[in-house]
Amino acid sequence: MSGGHSSYEPTSGLGKWVDSRLPLPRMVYDSFIAYPVPRNLNYAYTFGAMLAVMLVVQILTGVVLAMHYVASIDLAFGSVEGIMRDVNHGWLLRYLHANGASFFFIAVYLHIARGLYYGSYKAPREILWILGVIIYLLMMATGFMGYVLPWGQMSFWGATVITGFFSAFPLVGEWIQQFLLGGFAVGQPTLNRFFSLHYLLPFVIAGVVILHVWALHVTGQTNPTGVEVKSKTDTVAFTPYATVKDALGVVIFLLAYSWFVFYMPNYLGHPDNYTMANALKTPAHIVPEWYYLPFYAMLRAITFNVGPIDSKLGGVLVMFGSIIVLFFLPWLDTSKVRSAVYRPWYKLFFWLFVADCILLGWLGSRQPTDTYTLMAQFGTLYYFGFFLVIMPVLGLIETPRRLPNSITEAVLEKSAKA
Amino acid sequence: MNNQTMGEPTRRDFLYLTTGMAGAVGAVAVAWPFVDQMRPDASTLAMASIEVDVSALTPGMSLTVKWRGKPVFIRNRTDKEVQEAAAVKLEQLKDPIARNQNLPADAPATGADRSAGKGKENWIVMIGSCTHLGCVPLGQAGEYGGWFCPCHGSVYDTAGRIRKGPAPENLLMPIFSFTKDTVIKIG
Repeated sequence: MSGGHSSYEPTSGLGKWVDSRLPLPRMVYDSFIAYPVPRNLNYAYTFGAMLAVMLVVQILTGVVLAMHYVASIDLAFGSVEGIMRDVNHGWLLRYLHANGASFFFIAVYLHIARGLYYGSYKAPREILWILGVIIYLLMMATGFMGYVLPWGQMSFWGATVITGFFSAFPLVGEWIQQFLLGGFAVGQPTLNRFFSLHYLLPFVIAGVVILHVWALHVTGQTNPTGVEVKSKTDTVAFTPYATVKDALGVVIFLLAYSWFVFYMPNYLGHPDNYTMANALKTPAHIVPEWYYLPFYAMLRAITFNVGPIDSKLGGVLVMFGSIIVLFFLPWLDTSKVRSAVYRPWYKLFFWLFVADCILLGWLGSRQPTDTYTLMAQFGTLYYFGFFLVIMPVLGLIETPRRLPNSITEAVLEKSAKA
Repeated sequence: MNNQTMGEPTRRDFLYLTTGMAGAVGAVAVAWPFVDQMRPDASTLAMASIEVDVSALTPGMSLTVKWRGKPVFIRNRTDKEVQEAAAVKLEQLKDPIARNQNLPADAPATGADRSAGKGKENWIVMIGSCTHLGCVPLGQAGEYGGWFCPCHGSVYDTAGRIRKGPAPENLLMPIFSFTKDTVIKIG
């Protein structure tokens, strides 16, 4: 997967025998040991490793939870309580899985923010970026379907509202919704298929992750300067340098994760989901999981009709559009300079964008009042403005700072100052 | 290959194309059952109609029954509610269509067309699923004295017509009929 030539030399007889038949050890050596990485990578570049760890954690805990879970509308809720009370260490496995989803999303948001800040999506890494957006979409689908499985009130009504998005499309909308649900409302067929897909999709994610890492190893990593690797002095070997840095990042991340699992396991959940699903009673305040809140806020922000598009369809289009726009990011950003370090104005707008996402997330968790709706409308405007106006225009008018000639030069300059 | 495509199609080209076409059609035919199984199955479709005894409902009382997995509101409205609904002009409505499956699709959303019909104007039967995103509205709530959806704040009047909020349509009235004076058949 390294793209370059291989420096792997098997020493043992067995090693040589395997290498000439299936050079798997060679691939691992070239990709994760000898692989050259820029010498100036900082901790913002360790989220990828955390994401890999979280995917493994979710698959492992998920597989064992599935041994005790029953995908039946009458038994699902009870079986989850059984996992909590009766299954040996079931409470731990379930809390690891539920909080693991949240921490998976924390890591992916930091990973995406890193990419936005350092311009990781720019040529020649467009496919790498698009594969990442696909993984993110798959994560959202997996997380949503997983949240339905405990068959609590939020599970049921979350599923009702989210599949209801599709009913907004004219003519085919209702047909699509019934196709997804397998009935006229969320019910047994829905739960069954969501369980099946929730089990399947993580393995699809794993497949796309392999492509993502492959694409990464073809182009090589970006780095905080955004200047491409030019010579051997610009890089260090993946092992031990990146491996150890990643390991430290992962350990700190797992500490925070464990804090939630052991001391506040329900902090990120909703009490309503400990009430069994009831098709005749909607909870007073339906909110999705925190990681969907900014998108939920944008959905609700569209309270007005635009020409033939009514507010319901408009909200759904804006919500889907907020993700779709990410696919076009490599072509929306017109700047020749990759890293925000050398783009003073972009840096400002980037941090405003981060603040905007947090604000939208908070608004998504509130009951909509007129003031909050207005704030969400401005937040939505900035979200799209950032991608569709600021990105293309800023690249043309901004004067970037002087770029270092090479990574080595940047590193030596920095250490001379220190 | 290049030389051949330039000239007359050969017997081999023909075989190549038709075999490919047959393969493509076959692939689609095999894929279809995998897609089609997702649609509502026979047992779901079989729950098509239910009968409800409404003899206990005096004016001002409501009943919620489950039909096709969704709540159905049956309400015996008070005279005041019926008059309020009838007094509303069509141009005041966000959705002027009756959305009553017992009437033509373009029937206007008048007070009468949003009820069980002549002599039964006090009765209203509708699917209790907000036309926005499918939450269950709360009865006798909101500023029009009808229904109020707690999810995103849609307000319906005493005839279940959308008056305010993000929902695009009036609450849907399913096919129903009085089989006896006190029994409603839904579906």
